[in-house]
Amino acid sequence: MKVPLPWLREYCDPDLDVRAIEERLTMTGTKVEAIHRHGVPWTENFVIGRILEAEQHPNADRLKVCTVELGEQQPATIVCGAPNVAAGQTVAVARPGAVMPDGTKLKRAKLRGVVSEGMILAENELEIGPGGEGIMVLDSLISDGRHRPGTPLDQLLAISTEVIELEITPNRPDCLGVYGVARELHAATGAALQAEPWLEDPGTGGPLSEVEVTVDCPDLCPRFTARVFENVTIAQSPSWLKARLSAAGQRPINNVVDITNYVMLLSGQPLHAFDLDRVAGGKLTVRRAHEGEQVQTLDGQTRTLDAEMVVIDDAQGPTSIAGVMGGERSEVQPDTTRVLLEAATWNGPNIHRTSWALGLRSEASGRFEKGLAPEQCMHAQTLATRLMLDLCGATLAPGTIDIGGAGQESDPIYLRNSRVLEILGIEVPIKRQAEILEALDFTCKPNTDGLEVTVPALRREDVTREIDLIEEVARIYGLEGLPATLPARRGAAGRLTHAQRVRRVAEDTVVGRGLHEIIGWSFTQPGLLDRLRLPEDHPLRQVVEVENPLSEDQSIMRPTLLGSLLDAARHNVSRNRPDIAIFESGTVYRAASNGLLADEHHGLGVLLSGSLSPRAWRGEQSEADFFAVKALLAAILERFGVHWSVTEAPPTRWPFLHPGRSAAVLARGSDAEPVSLGFLGEMHPLVAGAWDLGRTATFAIDLGKLAKVAPEVRSFEAFGSFPVLRQDLAVVLPVDVSARQVLHLTHKTAGEKLDRVEIFDVYEGPQVGEGRRSLALALSFRSLERTLTDEDVAPLRARIIDALKELGGELRG
Amino acid sequence: MIERIKNLQTQAEAAILNAKTSEELEHLRVAYLGRKAELPLMLREVANLEPALRGKVGKAANQARQTLESKIQDRAEQLVAEELDVRLQADSIDVTLPGAPPQPVGGLHILTSTRRELEDIFLGLGFTVMEGPEIESVHYNFDALNHSPTHPARARTDTFYVAQDELLRTHTSPMQVRAMEAHPPPLYVVIPGRVYRRDLDATHTPQFHQIEGLAVDEDITLADLKGTLLSFAQAVFGDDREVRLRPHFFPFTEPSVEVDVSCFHCSGKGFLADGSRCYLCKGEGWLEILGAGEVDPNVYSHVQTNEQNTPGYDPEKIQGFAWGLGVERIAMLKHGIPDLRLYYENDLRFLEQF
Repeated sequence: MKVPLPWLREYCDPDLDVRAIEERLTMTGTKVEAIHRHGVPWTENFVIGRILEAEQHPNADRLKVCTVELGEQQPATIVCGAPNVAAGQTVAVARPGAVMPDGTKLKRAKLRGVVSEGMILAENELEIGPGGEGIMVLDSLISDGRHRPGTPLDQLLAISTEVIELEITPNRPDCLGVYGVARELHAATGAALQAEPWLEDPGTGGPLSEVEVTVDCPDLCPRFTARVFENVTIAQSPSWLKARLSAAGQRPINNVVDITNYVMLLSGQPLHAFDLDRVAGGKLTVRRAHEGEQVQTLDGQTRTLDAEMVVIDDAQGPTSIAGVMGGERSEVQPDTTRVLLEAATWNGPNIHRTSWALGLRSEASGRFEKGLAPEQCMHAQTLATRLMLDLCGATLAPGTIDIGGAGQESDPIYLRNSRVLEILGIEVPIKRQAEILEALDFTCKPNTDGLEVTVPALRREDVTREIDLIEEVARIYGLEGLPATLPARRGAAGRLTHAQRVRRVAEDTVVGRGLHEIIGWSFTQPGLLDRLRLPEDHPLRQVVEVENPLSEDQSIMRPTLLGSLLDAARHNVSRNRPDIAIFESGTVYRAASNGLLADEHHGLGVLLSGSLSPRAWRGEQSEADFFAVKALLAAILERFGVHWSVTEAPPTRWPFLHPGRSAAVLARGSDAEPVSLGFLGEMHPLVAGAWDLGRTATFAIDLGKLAKVAPEVRSFEAFGSFPVLRQDLAVVLPVDVSARQVLHLTHKTAGEKLDRVEIFDVYEGPQVGEGRRSLALALSFRSLERTLTDEDVAPLRARIIDALKELGGELRG
Repeated sequence: MIERIKNLQTQAEAAILNAKTSEELEHLRVAYLGRKAELPLMLREVANLEPALRGKVGKAANQARQTLESKIQDRAEQLVAEELDVRLQADSIDVTLPGAPPQPVGGLHILTSTRRELEDIFLGLGFTVMEGPEIESVHYNFDALNHSPTHPARARTDTFYVAQDELLRTHTSPMQVRAMEAHPPPLYVVIPGRVYRRDLDATHTPQFHQIEGLAVDEDITLADLKGTLLSFAQAVFGDDREVRLRPHFFPFTEPSVEVDVSCFHCSGKGFLADGSRCYLCKGEGWLEILGAGEVDPNVYSHVQTNEQNTPGYDPEKIQGFAWGLGVERIAMLKHGIPDLRLYYENDLRFLEQF
């Protein structure tokens, strides 16, 4: 809401500059978002001039060379192109040095060979009116003696107006009018508030014979008022009105329309002017529209309505969409002489729905949808009547149509003094509470434990409970003085849950191994699923779809972290960063089948591509592959002490992975069955290629499931005081015997004395023969009772060798 | 003879001290203490001396031998150390070459590290951390939070819907009622999470992150809100920070406030040392950081009483505050990040900076 400051000061004029007013309004809840200067930035060099002569320019048909008296010894020569310029006119002149609204500085200039010492101004050049008719002729505005040539122009016209732009919160439609803001300023500063400008009504009540109005839907139209004006002369508005509307951001149109806008800006109540002679049958009906009914609105468009929208119609059908926009057919025209002014109250939610459904938002609908008080109708009628009589030469037909009448007065609310302290934590003297509320137009009576408060009509929707009154008291009393205390925090013990700690530790573990976290979009495109080679019936295709996405690219919720990991990898590779080590820890989404909103879980996804470490002057580089991500996965899982393993998965399960280099990740807690945590593998080359990546390896696990199998508290396990006995064993086996089989069998055979067994070398080649490979095992034996000797473990070793023979193994070298 | 022993000792000591290498020292040992050397010879012949001299000479010679042995030992150690030193000095490297093999340095995304920093601050203030669904019902997102049926945020131009009554939550606030339904009062929780609004420009991304705060007990005042947020603001932006509450409107708090922190760039003055306007707070001296307020009593009435939260939330008996802050905004202010879109581009040149 843009409020020209001089207009505000007409109703409340604290002895404060604009910065101090900004501070007071902002700190009491009416936030000043910006302060502008409308018109010219400085008033210097803008003066009143009188044209002494206007001669034809010797070298240009359309220009005149004017001799202009500016109150100096010598008149100035000014070249002017306006068709209406003539000798004898009093005009507005910008002299060299004047700064125009767009910031350009006027200079003496030669126009077709004649030096012009300034410029004769049109309204639009000062941003105080639409212009269009040439230069402003001020003859009718000046009074001799006060406005001699040379007089600063701002003494006559508001050419430089401070405008404050306010953020009005949706609960305060009363502040969508200048007077409402003035009341806030009054409460916030204590400066006097002028009487409400609508107190004296030049009109009369009673029946109105010129027109008949019926309201068929009083539920959607709580009040409808109308007055009729005759002998109206449509003309331009006076300069002050045009300047004021311009400063408030409204385009002046003609006197009648400008009056409706001006009254709306002052009172907050929109009005609509009908040309009564264009209202067919001289009868208006307010009713619900018929489904599919059409109306042509003021902006020239045809709108199709539905049965929940409200129209005002006459003998020829709908003539306007109630509360949203008037119709073209009954619009005020230059030849209009009889005007019907309508001021009505509409149901807020209904107007909101209509304007959204039609995509048609107006100054009026923006106010109506927030819920106006029926009382405001007559405020607006009163203000408009005065202006119609003064500015349009109109005569008022006696009587006022008023269907619905004023709103129902709300019951008083009790404000307990104790409650103010309990909620705010600061004592506000009861006298001050009453003062504040009265400044805001509430009525207060003392009560046993505080005040009995009556809410003014304009605040009826917003203030319905004691807590609402406390807010009013608090915001005006000022929150600056509120002490800063801490709550008692009974029973509060700040801590993370186990699942949250697991997430942090998992993230920190991969960060410690040199990976960078990325954060991707929750949205993705349906095409991702194709690029991941997911068949139609794949479970990852059970996605959550966004009904109203910003674009197709963001139309589904991601079912996997892979999309954002691959996108981030490509982004960086294409910026010459070929080696990628990234992860994401975030939510993935699947459509739920069990009546829940959706299946959301927190995943950890890792992606490696290119070299595992930067090129260096020493040390070898190795490439991201299956085993690199497996080692990373191991680092996480072993951090939590979970038992885990990988198993081969059918290639259809994760079709985006390399079918020969991928696996399922299983983990189990101390007692539970193994659960599937996710997948691990190299990307299918076709998928990596779709993101312009080379060899790429990845895993993704569900951190929620990991938290379930990871022990919350780890218990101490005795490791004894006797040293570990280490022995190595190299065995040649057929290649199709898996490492897991070997390790499993070794453990099973050796029993509890074998503490650990690790594979520390793998060899395939001519020395071991076709189809065979050598595995080197590091065995660690240990006893809790004594130091083991080679003799102790010799039988165990022999048993292991025998067992491995059954898998086709033979001891090497 | 004793004289001779003394002379030999003096002579030998001087020589030992002057020995420059282990080799030279070994020659000296042989020369003075070896089998054919004079001192051991004397010792061997002590027995042939007349009895009166035997004791004196024997003792003197023995002492001399022991002294020399220990001096040689000391000197030997000294020389070994010196020689090692010389060898080590010759074995020098270019210490300015980079470490190898290189250890890659990873990092958390700035939004994660900021979120964790904020979580930790509130953990320290006694709040626990809760999370909730991002795909949410209209009930928890709007209705239970006292949004009027016409609240503009409900519009499909502003909010993403996935079904008639299901949406992508527009704030972390739906967790207020969910948290209260899961726990009886007193309740102190913060709820970090991802939220969605239908906006995209330099100052809006369709997804962003919030941290909701909720404290409900019998006696939690607006002053308590101020104190809690003051502690928070000082922990994030420095001990000298102040906060101010500006009245505002939110459907689910009453009274509602917006909270500003005094600008840490210009110390709240609005201008810098050179007199220019502070770019961070745009001369205001204050930075808006979040919205908050006392929980509106209507919100409590939407909390279903159940087994988990018995005795439930009676607005006449309990009261509390809530806030919602933007993680992106805090990180932006603190680290001078100019454009929200940088957060989601995942350019390593950005990620590596934090």
